[in-house]
Amino acid sequence: MSNLNIKIGDLQLKNPVMTASGTFGYGLEYADFVNLSDIGAIIVKGTTLHHREGNDYPRMAETPSGMLNCVGLQNKGVDYFCNNIYPQVKDIDTNVIVNVSGSTPEDYAECAARIDRLEKIPAIELNISCPNVKDGGMAFGVTRKGAAEVVRAVRARYHKTLIVKLSPNVTDITEIAKAVEDEGADAVSLINTLMGMAIDIERRKPVLSIKTGGLSGPAIKPVAVRMVWQVARAVRIPVIGLGGIMNAKDAIEFFMAGASAIQIGTANFIDPTVSVKVRDGINQWLDQHKVSSLSEIIGTVD
Amino acid sequence: MKNLTVEEVSFPHQRYVLIKLTDQQPLPDILPGQFVEVKVDGAPNTFLRRPISVNYVDRNKNQLWLLIQLVGEGTRTLAKLTPGDCLNVVFPLGNGFSMPTDTNCDILLVGGGVGVAPLLYYGEQLKDKGFKPFFLLGARTKNDLLQIPLFQQFGEVFITTEDGSMGEKGFVTNHSVLGKKAFSHIACCGPKPMMMSVARYALANNIPCQVSLENMMACGLGACLCCVEKTVKGNVCVCKEGPVFDIRQLTWEL
Ligand SMILES: Cc1cc2nc3c(=O)[nH]c(=O)nc-3n(C[C@H](O)[C@H](O)[C@H](O)COP(=O)(O)OP(=O)(O)OC[C@H]3O[C@@H](n4cnc5c(N)ncnc54)[C@H](O)[C@@H]3O)c2cc1C
Ligand SMILES: Cc1cc2nc3c(=O)[nH]c(=O)nc-3n(C[C@H](O)[C@H](O)[C@H](O)COP(=O)(O)O)c2cc1C
Ligand code: FES
Repeated sequence: MSNLNIKIGDLQLKNPVMTASGTFGYGLEYADFVNLSDIGAIIVKGTTLHHREGNDYPRMAETPSGMLNCVGLQNKGVDYFCNNIYPQVKDIDTNVIVNVSGSTPEDYAECAARIDRLEKIPAIELNISCPNVKDGGMAFGVTRKGAAEVVRAVRARYHKTLIVKLSPNVTDITEIAKAVEDEGADAVSLINTLMGMAIDIERRKPVLSIKTGGLSGPAIKPVAVRMVWQVARAVRIPVIGLGGIMNAKDAIEFFMAGASAIQIGTANFIDPTVSVKVRDGINQWLDQHKVSSLSEIIGTVD
Repeated sequence: MKNLTVEEVSFPHQRYVLIKLTDQQPLPDILPGQFVEVKVDGAPNTFLRRPISVNYVDRNKNQLWLLIQLVGEGTRTLAKLTPGDCLNVVFPLGNGFSMPTDTNCDILLVGGGVGVAPLLYYGEQLKDKGFKPFFLLGARTKNDLLQIPLFQQFGEVFITTEDGSMGEKGFVTNHSVLGKKAFSHIACCGPKPMMMSVARYALANNIPCQVSLENMMACGLGACLCCVEKTVKGNVCVCKEGPVFDIRQLTWEL
């Protein structure tokens, strides 16, 4: 057995496999399929200061090797999370991380501050990259200034590990990564979904209710690997890689590109046990290649 | 999640396949109206699982039946399965139809097209629990009617076809039995326009009515929030809080 321990900020992970926000519910939905404590960290649904109904149905379209979604951050708000969900997830024996979204820097900061008080939540992931709501943060995530502004506001009121999730819908992702690093982010995660669109040619209309949506799944993996590789070279803070990971080999690609940990999103829909399989597969690969510690392969591709 | 073994594949009609699956272990408890999420192997463009209702559970043979309409690549690939093949399914999912409390009541199960699928198992379960279900099944033509002899084992069957080739001509809501008999409960599964007209009838006649929805799904577990339906409680997941809903919970314009 190789050593899979990884540290990100003050966050100690027993293995580098996390589940991606919006694809694993609050973890509880998957408790019948996997032992949740086998997962390095569970990143729960996007949470906002106030309740959000999300977008109208249809919210998804299957596309070649992936899917589009426009869920639009449906959630019951941070107070509901603190009062009703937190008591159910706080005893899960792994890191439960909350993904935070907002429409203004103040929203983000207030939401983060309320989560800061929850003892068993060791980190948050700031979603400055949701493509599916007009005010869902992507506006922040696509400029250096916007990204810096949100991270600054949150950093002032959030004292634990702060991960910032980056949008791939930008010209130069390293610029944004550097900006959030300068404002005190402890890590960056990338990528969020790529903006896409599908048209129903019989109805001559977009498939999704809000016309465009975020593309996820294996279709985006090469883009994600490239961006992780670029960002890992541009910043000193740890990079968490995601986008289209279906198995351990995909995960190893991300480690070699420079990711210290990885997240699994859409793959959970196809195999609800995939997160644990990826963990086991990483272990196996390291054993087979006589690598004693995961850190030995991180960022080994120039 | 389990690998089930394909026991039997038959084609009740060229556009439908009936797949009977067995489990090494005893099948878990399954409620009528619940569904499975099937992994489709060998179809390059079918990335997500496909949600399919439980058509029937044969406890004696430990068999689970899926009745599938061939509409696209995923379902057409499933039709190529042969006995001995393995099918990976996540099940049982969803809430299922509710059981009335009073066994003296007359329950009408209304199905259209492949929407008849979950009603066979529901009918069997109702009969098994001492109820007397009636079935009102609609299709375009006589050839599109599925599993009629099986339905007849569990209750009286009324039929409509759009071309009049069997039963009464017209849509299910035109059937004369609706004017003659006072049903105390209705359950319906089929194309949305059909469910809406049945819901309209039920509402007008003050009959409690459940419908089973087929929204597009990704996870099937209540995790992704892709399959939502607007209800009086806001957007809820059809895969978790449904697929069966009391029409009074929905915000359909009836
Ligand atoms: C709870 C539930 C129970 C169902 N039960 C049955 C059943 O018992 N028998 C049966 O034949 N069909 C059933 N369906 C519909 C079935 O899931 C779709 O027909 C099937 O997924 C189509 O796949 P395809 O690859 O052949 O077609 P595609 O080419 O992918 O799509 C054809 C059409 O099928 C529908 N569809 C496609 N993907 C999905 C999806 N992920 N979720 C829902 N609908 C989709 C869409 O309307 C689409 O336009 C059920 C759907 C749901 C949600
Ligand atoms: C249905 C769905 C909902 C999502 N919701 C969120 C969200 O609330 N917050 C967020 O930061 N990312 C969200 N994402 C993006 C994923 O976390 C992930 O970044 C993306 O899907 C790429 O990874 P994947 O290809 O492994 O799925 C969502 C993705 C999907 C498919
Ligand atoms: S399909 Fe994911 S929540 Fe229903």
